Amino acid sequence: MQPVLELRGVTKDYSAHRAVDDVSFTVQRGAFFSLLGPSGCGKTTTLRLIAGFERASSGEILLNGRIINDAPPYCRNVSTVFQNYALFPHLTVRGNIEFGLRRKGVRDMAGRVNAAIDLVRLAGKESRKPSELSGGEKQRVALARSLVLSPDVLLLDEPLSALDPNLRLEMRAELKSLQQKVGITFLFVTHDREEALSLSDQLAVMNRGRIEQVGAPRELYLTPRTRFVAGFLGSINWIDGVGVRPEAIRLTRTAPQNDVRRRRARVESAVFLGNRLQVRSRTGAGELIVAEASHSEELRPGETVHLWWTAADELVLPPEPQ
Amino acid sequence: MNRVRAIALTPGAAVIVVLFLIPLAITCAYSALTRGAYFGLGPPWTADNYRRLADPLYGMVFLRSFALAAASTAICCLLGFPLAVFIARSGRRKNLYLHLVILPFWTSQLVRIYAWMFLLRETGLANGILQALGIIRAPLPLLYNDGAVLLGLVYAHLPFMVLPLYAALERLDPNLLEASADLGARPWTTLSRVMLPLAAPGIRAGAVLVFVPCLGAFLVPDLLGGGKSIMIGTVIQNQFTTARDWPFGAAMSLVVMVIVLVLLWVGAGRRGEDLL
Repeated sequence: MQPVLELRGVTKDYSAHRAVDDVSFTVQRGAFFSLLGPSGCGKTTTLRLIAGFERASSGEILLNGRIINDAPPYCRNVSTVFQNYALFPHLTVRGNIEFGLRRKGVRDMAGRVNAAIDLVRLAGKESRKPSELSGGEKQRVALARSLVLSPDVLLLDEPLSALDPNLRLEMRAELKSLQQKVGITFLFVTHDREEALSLSDQLAVMNRGRIEQVGAPRELYLTPRTRFVAGFLGSINWIDGVGVRPEAIRLTRTAPQNDVRRRRARVESAVFLGNRLQVRSRTGAGELIVAEASHSEELRPGETVHLWWTAADELVLPPEPQ
Repeated sequence: MNRVRAIALTPGAAVIVVLFLIPLAITCAYSALTRGAYFGLGPPWTADNYRRLADPLYGMVFLRSFALAAASTAICCLLGFPLAVFIARSGRRKNLYLHLVILPFWTSQLVRIYAWMFLLRETGLANGILQALGIIRAPLPLLYNDGAVLLGLVYAHLPFMVLPLYAALERLDPNLLEASADLGARPWTTLSRVMLPLAAPGIRAGAVLVFVPCLGAFLVPDLLGGGKSIMIGTVIQNQFTTARDWPFGAAMSLVVMVIVLVLLWVGAGRRGEDLL
């Protein structure tokens, strides 16, 4: 099947630096695709290139197989949910949602707007101005305003980052169910690994303008191809050049019997995290190893423990190029 | 706290009372008195000064003044809007451009209007250049007509339009313009559906700041219009100077003031908003 969106060697240069460097990926129709990376890694610029707010210095952007590099934003059938929502303050909720439909001159506008309002559960608030809405409601208006246009791809620029933590979790779940309900392709930009891992069908990890790896969340977490991906998707210990995730390390007071990788270490700190203990300990050779233990353990700093794991838990990755 | 507030408010309130309310009261009183034989004015009280305004001649002057002030406001808006957009988007250079906009205020308006006379007169720079280039043979009558007055009014009042427009546009979130394009609006639609509505408070403030002083202008029509292009301000000024008819001048000032206030109230009331 033809991908709905494809980037081929897309590069964006500014006078001082290269924001996006030879980025290529494809997004299948109906997928929830995330661009994950630290701030300044080029993920938002990539999104803006697809929306048409910026022009690529080189490379090709294809929407439904057609190159759209030179098409202005108003000629691309993609729509953006902005980080600050960018709702029109002079228009009501209904006016905001109608805005795009009016430009297209569609028939049965009222019906489509009502359906969009129902979809995001804003019925009864149609005549409010954005200033009279809560953060979560603004978010839903922004979603409805874009979704009502049935874009080929919905571009979401860190849409959850402006919400407080509890609401963020709630909206995360809502976003996923919304995407499954409408079946529209979502391209989601975030720096939050939990968001990316929990929401995405496919995700691309970006670093310094480049794509480090593309794949399903489980694949990226379990078999990262670079140390950056391994470290960005979860905490990791680098022991003798191999990576071991804290949750893969078992911690006992007595030495393990079977043939496993092991270290003896002294506990430096044991931090209670509610459902588990995070234990930082140092080996005789001075290596710092972070492990997780059951919260029922009582560990004191200075205590000697045995840390062990199996070869299957190790991630063998080449060192990062400087 | 209340004492601090009272102390802080007193000088400003005193200025308003002494320099605005008292003169206004004096003007009201003058407008109902009779002019003296040679100088000054005195009893008896009369409404004659107001009756004389019913003369169609003054009606024509009122209409001309309104038309010129309205045209100046419209031209200032058309010229000022793109300028304000440009300044609001020029990043670190904003302050430099804003200073350039208000730079003319560093010189007296009188001097600047005289400069225009030197530019526009028959032997002036504009005619000189046009003749030197062979575009015209005889000098054009650029000075002492409505066109020159309009030019002078626009020139003198453009900054009063640019500054409030800039203030409104500077607050405009650039994401809103991107969102508009993103939702399918072409540039002209974004201008009319997003930019203009959101800049409307600035446009209204600028329109008031330009229209009101243009309506009362006397320096520009006097110098650039010669005797030919008469506005209310010129007529009022004449009553207080050459004609020495202070009561009539006072009556005319008050009528203009009331008309302007009514216009502002109607304009603001229709929208249910404040005057500015």
